[in-house]
Amino acid sequence: MDRKLKIMLIIISLSLMLILSALMDLSWAPRPLSLGEVWDVLIGNGTWANDLIVSKNATRVFFGVFVGAALGVTGGVVQAVFRNPLASPYLLGLSSGASFGAAVAIVISIPMIPIAFAQPFLAFVFCLGTMALVYTLSRTVGGVRTETLILAGVAVSSLFSALVSFLTYIAPSEQMQSIVFWSMGSLGIVEWENITFAVPVIVVGIILMIMHSKSLNAMMLGDAHAMDLGIDVKKVRLFLIIISSLVVAAAVAFVGAVGFIGLVVPHIFRLLLGPDNRLILPLSAFGGAAFILMCDYIAHIASGTYSVLPIGIVTAMIGAPFFIYLLSRKRSDVGW
Amino acid sequence: MVSDSVVDIDSLVYTYGNMTVLDAISMSVKKGEILGILGPNGCGKTTLLKNLNRNLSPHGGCIMIDSSDIESMSKKEIAKKVSVVPQTNEIRFAFTVRDIVGMGRIPFQDSLRGASSEDLKIIDKAMEQTGVLSMADRHINTMSGGERQRAIIARAIAQTPEIVLMDEPTLHLDINMQFEVLDLMQKLAKDNDLTVVMVSHDLPMITRYCDRIILLHDHKIFAMGAADEVLTKENMRTVFNVDAELERDPRTGKNTVRLFGSCKE
Repeated sequence: MDRKLKIMLIIISLSLMLILSALMDLSWAPRPLSLGEVWDVLIGNGTWANDLIVSKNATRVFFGVFVGAALGVTGGVVQAVFRNPLASPYLLGLSSGASFGAAVAIVISIPMIPIAFAQPFLAFVFCLGTMALVYTLSRTVGGVRTETLILAGVAVSSLFSALVSFLTYIAPSEQMQSIVFWSMGSLGIVEWENITFAVPVIVVGIILMIMHSKSLNAMMLGDAHAMDLGIDVKKVRLFLIIISSLVVAAAVAFVGAVGFIGLVVPHIFRLLLGPDNRLILPLSAFGGAAFILMCDYIAHIASGTYSVLPIGIVTAMIGAPFFIYLLSRKRSDVGW
Repeated sequence: MVSDSVVDIDSLVYTYGNMTVLDAISMSVKKGEILGILGPNGCGKTTLLKNLNRNLSPHGGCIMIDSSDIESMSKKEIAKKVSVVPQTNEIRFAFTVRDIVGMGRIPFQDSLRGASSEDLKIIDKAMEQTGVLSMADRHINTMSGGERQRAIIARAIAQTPEIVLMDEPTLHLDINMQFEVLDLMQKLAKDNDLTVVMVSHDLPMITRYCDRIILLHDHKIFAMGAADEVLTKENMRTVFNVDAELERDPRTGKNTVRLFGSCKE
C-alpha cells in the first residue's frame, strides 16, 4: 500500500477511535446514555439529568486524554533514548517510586495536610526522586551508560516495590485496599484542581519531546552517528530523561500507576509504520489517549453498577493480546 | 601562517586514563586532498578522527578548521563543515534510505522545521551521486554492506561538508565493494570539492587512493608525505612489522603495496 495513504488511513481511524471512545466514556452512567444523547449534551441540547452525567464524566475523560498521550509519548521517547524495546518509564523505576510515595501518604497520614493533597504530592516527588537516584547511580567515569541506567532502574524499582508490599502488608485493610487500587490506577480519582497543574506540564512536555524526534531518530542509529550529525547526545539524553520523568510524574501522581500504555502504544505504530519518531511520537499521543479512554469505558461497564475496575487491569488485558498478535505477524519489520 | 590548509592540528594530546593515545600530533590537511592516516590497530587513528569533529575533546593542543578553533564552535557548526562516514556497522531499525540520507540535513534544521525544498533537492542529489536514488524507499536493515555504506556516504554528502572523515571505510566489505566505495569517494571528492581524511590499516587501499599519507606509530607521527616518501621498506617494517615494498602498477599507473609477509622471525 502507498505509504502516504497508509498514514492517512491510520490518522483517520485513530481520530474516529478517539472521538468514539471519548463519547462512550462520557456516556457512562448506571443507565448509560446513548451516543446521541451525549452529542445533544455537547451541542447544548441535553436534558438537565443528562448534562449532569456528562459533566460528571467530563473530568475523567478530559484528564484521561492527557494521561494517555503522556504515557504513549514518553514510552516512545524512552525506548528511542535507550535503544531498548523494553524501556518504559516504569522500567526506570518511576512507577514504583510513585507508588511508594502514594502508599506512604495513605499509611502515614500527615497531620494538618489532607490526604487528597499529600498523596499526589508524595507520588510526584518520589517519582522524580527515583529518577534522580537512578540517574546518579548509573553515572560512571565515562558518563551515563544506558545499560547501567536500566539495571539501576530495575534495582531501585525492586526496592520500592518491596517497600510498597511491606506497607500494604502492615496497613489496616481499608488502607491496604486503597494502596492496591492506586497501584493499578484509576482515572476516577482526579479533581479539576489537579488538572490545572498536571495538564500544562504534560502538554509542554509532549511538545518538547516531539520537537526532538529528529535527534531521536539519529540517536537510534547509535550515539556516534548522532554526534557526527552535530547532536549533543549527552545533553539531549539528559534533557529528555528529565522531561519524560516530569510528564510521567504529572500523570501518575493523580491517576496511579497505569501500566502498559507506554510500552505498547509506540510499538504498535512502529509495527505499522516503521521507526521514524516524527510519526511515532505524535501518533502515540493520539493512540495513547484513545486507548486509555477505551479501557476506562470497559473498566466501567465490566464491573458492577457502582464500582469500577482498576484501569491498569484493562490496559494489560486488552493491550497484551493485540500486541502479541501484531508482534507475531510483523516482528521482522521493526528491528527489535 | 597563511596556508591552503583546511585543518591545522597543533600538538594534539589525547589520553585515556593514564594511557596517552595521541602524543603531540601536529599536522595539517590541505584543501581538496585525500589524506590517508595509516597505522596498526590501537595506534590512535580513530581517536584522532574523533577529535577532528569534537566527538572527543583533546587534553592538550588545538585543532583549527578554516582557521577557527573547534573548541569555540558548537557541535552543530562543526557538523555543517565536517561529516563522517563511520565504520560499516549494522543498522537494526527499518529506516528507509531516504530517512537516513535526510538525517544529513539535521545540522541545518531547527527543531520544529521539517526539510525545506532546498533540503529535499540536496538529499536527492546526494542519493543520485552515490547511486542509491533507486533504492530510496528500501529499508536500510535489509541492504547489503556495500549498499548500506553507499547510503551512509550519501548522508555524509547531504551534510554539504567541506571535509569528510572516513573511519576504516572498507572494513567488513567484500573486496569488489572496497574498490567501489573508494572509487565513489574519489569521484565525489572531485565533483563536490571535498577534502577527505580517511584512517585505515589497509596499506594497499590507502596507497592507491590517497594523495598524501600520514603514518602513525607509537601514538606519534612517524612520517608524512607522498606515498613514496612515507612507505619505504624500512618504515613499513618498523610500523607494521611486515616485509613490503611500494611499487607502481604498470597497468594502472598507480602506487600499490606489495606484501611479502611478516617480519617476525
